[in-house]
Amino acid sequence: MTSESLVNELPNPRRERLARLGRRALWRLLGGVLVLWAVATLTFFALRLMPGDPVLAILGGPSGNPTAETIAEATREYGLDKPLAVQYALYLGRLVQGDLGVSYSQHLPVTRVLAEQSWPTLELTLTSLVLAWILVLALTVLTAGRRRWVSSLASLAETLSAALPHFWLGILLLAVFAFGLRLFPPAGSDGWRTLVLPSVALAIPLAGFIAQVTRESLELTLDQPFVLTARTRGLSDTAVRFKHALRHAVLPGISLSGWAIGALISGAVVIEVIFSRKGLGRQLYQAVQAQDLPLTIGISLVVAAGYVLANILVDLLYLWVDPRQQEHAA
Amino acid sequence: MSELLLDTPLSGIRVQRTPRKWRLGPLLAVSFLGFLIIAAVLPQLFAHSDPLAIVPHDAFHPPGWAHWFGTDQSGRDIFSRVIYGTRQSLFIGLAATALAMSIAIVLGLLGGLGGAYLDRGVGWLLEILFAFPSLILALLFVAVFGSGIGPLIVATGLGGAPGYARMVRGQVLAVRNAGYIESAKALGHPPLRIIIRQLLPNAMRPLIVTLTMGVGQAIVWASALSFLGLGARPPAPEWGTMLSMGRDFIANAWWLTFFPGLFIVLTTLSTTVAGRYLQQRLEGRLA
Repeated sequence: MTSESLVNELPNPRRERLARLGRRALWRLLGGVLVLWAVATLTFFALRLMPGDPVLAILGGPSGNPTAETIAEATREYGLDKPLAVQYALYLGRLVQGDLGVSYSQHLPVTRVLAEQSWPTLELTLTSLVLAWILVLALTVLTAGRRRWVSSLASLAETLSAALPHFWLGILLLAVFAFGLRLFPPAGSDGWRTLVLPSVALAIPLAGFIAQVTRESLELTLDQPFVLTARTRGLSDTAVRFKHALRHAVLPGISLSGWAIGALISGAVVIEVIFSRKGLGRQLYQAVQAQDLPLTIGISLVVAAGYVLANILVDLLYLWVDPRQQEHAA
Repeated sequence: MSELLLDTPLSGIRVQRTPRKWRLGPLLAVSFLGFLIIAAVLPQLFAHSDPLAIVPHDAFHPPGWAHWFGTDQSGRDIFSRVIYGTRQSLFIGLAATALAMSIAIVLGLLGGLGGAYLDRGVGWLLEILFAFPSLILALLFVAVFGSGIGPLIVATGLGGAPGYARMVRGQVLAVRNAGYIESAKALGHPPLRIIIRQLLPNAMRPLIVTLTMGVGQAIVWASALSFLGLGARPPAPEWGTMLSMGRDFIANAWWLTFFPGLFIVLTTLSTTVAGRYLQQRLEGRLA
């Protein structure tokens, strides 16, 4: 930048930064809409290619035993007699207006099912993510760069927890804390007590993954000259770690969190099945098995939208924590 | 300095090698993986009873001398079942990783070499695949093609492909302007030969480690899908299927789910530790 432009524009660094972040968010949102369209299309055709007549799925699955007249009537009612391309166009048209159709298996508007089931899953994934980060920060900030046996012990714990499959962990927790010690209810989705075991089962493997990269970068950071500077200014060890080193060290962990949200949602399907929790995951599992096309697409869209949004947030958070990245990004 | 040394022919120079020191972790990991491979090829070496033999009066034996890992609801020996399950789990893990890598190589090459438009297209495709949580993709896939080992492998492979593809693309971009590629071009080699002989081997080298760890992850994924009832059919000795069957009895027979899960954990742990050791050795030598 030349001195002339500096004088002319009188840049307000904070505002410029926000404007840049906003532009980037807008672009990402636009890309996100395209992604959602692709997800809807992919799901639509995947489920149409599925063996089995969708009309039978509407009329109660294999046990329904409908007559020829009801089949013909339902086929007309749901527009299944039109060519596939027309059905797709009609479906997309309704989708744009926010109409996700009626669930075949539950005979309720998909939007209502989604509204009911989204919160428990959001609650579960957010709690797990927060819990995972608390574990990561506690474990890495306190043990990185300490005596050798301390950090190798912590490192072992991280590797071990990253290797734990959440469904096995879920079963173990269920066996020990729900059936053995009877501390928590084994199933259900009401109240914080039902949330404890499922979110621990999801958080521990995730914490293992994030802690591995955070420890590595924290150990590198603690060797940096600016850490030495901070120490010579008389800051306590804890202050150096939390105020100075951490901001640098969390960056890889933050970018991993974007990936983690996808993993958490996949994990939520299994965990919700194990703990018989209400939620999008279990609903999706049932919807796919019942060939419930509108509900499956609806859940896929909500999940993909959540993932896209979360990744935009993670992206912005990353730029906010590390302003150096903005020059490359903009 | 070290680069110079690597580029000059080594004939006549005796390279002094430090004797390899095996640390405990990698040693245990590699031994366990070796054990799994032997168990996959020759399960009868370790397990003496039939994994499918039903002995009703032996049902729900806790772990003990006669049955190391106990017995399940039909009196089948869990140790035998876990050992016999090794073959299927390892096969699924390897096949799924191989499939994921093949897809990733095609996408990565297209993105890395195909020019700006193709690269953007591949990037967008990857973005879509990422936004689709892999389990949803797998559920849809199994719903369309039915459950079983084949669809299970494809579903697991598809779930892993976008992550690998991103790495391959990055590697291809990093390698494609290297000196040896230029010189191969100058020698007039056809592009396909350059891709196969120069580009891929060099681009893939850092990915060996990721692949080693990927097999463990693929085993976990496949068993999660089997656990949901999308993989091997119930009486078959497969780790995920065993877990899903044992789930009905966790309140009073913990060993039904504990031991198959323990083997899944030990396998992932071993691939992670072995992979990391490999990484250290490769980096140590290449640096």
